Amino acid sequence: MLAKRIIPCLDIKDSRTVKGVNFVDLVDAGDPVELAKYYSENGADELVFLDITATKEDRRTFAKLVDEISENINIPFTVGGGIKTKEDVEILLKNGADKVSINSYAVSNPDFINELASNFGSQCIVVAIDAKFIDNDWYVYLVGGRIKTEIKLFNWAKEVEKRGAGEILFTSMDHDGTKNGFACKALEELSQKVNIPIIASGGAGKIKHFNEVFKSGNIDAVLAASVFHFNEIGLKELKIELNNNNIPIRL
Amino acid sequence: MRIAIIDYGAGNTQSVKYALKRLGCKGILTSDKEIISSSDKIIFPGVGQASSAMKKLKSVGLDLLIPSLKQPVLGICLGMQLMCDFSEEGDTDCLKIFNSKVKRFDNSLKVPQIGWNTLFNLKTSLFDSIKEKEYMYLVHSYFVPVIPKTIATSKYGISYSTAIKKNNFTGVQFHPEKSGSKGEILLKNFITN
Repeated sequence: MLAKRIIPCLDIKDSRTVKGVNFVDLVDAGDPVELAKYYSENGADELVFLDITATKEDRRTFAKLVDEISENINIPFTVGGGIKTKEDVEILLKNGADKVSINSYAVSNPDFINELASNFGSQCIVVAIDAKFIDNDWYVYLVGGRIKTEIKLFNWAKEVEKRGAGEILFTSMDHDGTKNGFACKALEELSQKVNIPIIASGGAGKIKHFNEVFKSGNIDAVLAASVFHFNEIGLKELKIELNNNNIPIRL
Repeated sequence: MRIAIIDYGAGNTQSVKYALKRLGCKGILTSDKEIISSSDKIIFPGVGQASSAMKKLKSVGLDLLIPSLKQPVLGICLGMQLMCDFSEEGDTDCLKIFNSKVKRFDNSLKVPQIGWNTLFNLKTSLFDSIKEKEYMYLVHSYFVPVIPKTIATSKYGISYSTAIKKNNFTGVQFHPEKSGSKGEILLKNFITN
């Protein structure tokens, strides 16, 4: 049986791990390679590394760090942040990343999704979507949550699937950093509207939140950062608890 | 022992190289036919799309070399699929080592299948010290059906081949280089058995 995945996310700035509460206050939480190794040895199913300042400062992603991560860990990982060209992706995959995640650039250049899918296969293309609930609808935000668009979440999700995305990483900006639970309703609707795996992000605070989000919708994976980085939730403890609740988990 | 990792621009070769390094082995990334032919073991990785991968193999003549190899060859993911007759992905004629088609998962499932899935019906020494129902990491939209050469199965909607073996050729649909410590055991089995 295909297991539900638990994915610690490492936001990277200047080769260090950070986590923004509601994307604003940044707190240093360690060395990415050490953290990655620790997580891979303690039950993480996958890891995501987001170069959070990449889009804003137009930085190209961090190929060297990717190579170092690949050398040290034996589980899959996704890399995102500032990816704008086929060549960016080629370097990251060549250096050992399994998947790449694109966000803002895909919104302004949707054909980029098609280009990447046809060159590298859908299986390594994750489209990350940040959205906020305003006036009864979910709107897509860009550049780490700084710029609002008029694009609606569910329309955009269906479009990225059609264009060849292999997976959607959905972050609710209303929930991110609150530690009050995930955007279960929106995730449930999202999983009904698209037929590719969905990673839920934003709002992890307690073990019961993971339980809720796996039970409520057809979600494939959950991504979280600070609860893991600051050891508020132990990965092993979390996975045992989920397994006890009949959620298929790799122990 | 010399282990060649076939490098034809369509694989997560770096991860395979590093996985071997963690096992204390050196893998040589190469598309050089002489080096491949004279290696003790050969790993044939593959990530991406079948028809473009076959084009890349053909452009350097590896489509003829690979089926003629006599040493143990391990095809990983797309590498395993390319060892079959034909893939529905881009209606591609493949290397014809295994008498099977490669099919697409049914649309009633989420495609691609991404994540850790369990193994069943384990056969051969490739799975020494690996138990039934062990998890391995997979990412794929196409699959090899269960055939007489199947040596392990997984379930995703249907039961399909997650490993196949014929003479010196072995294929695994999962990524041992990304499947944690159990994946490393499997790679070690391939190297030492």
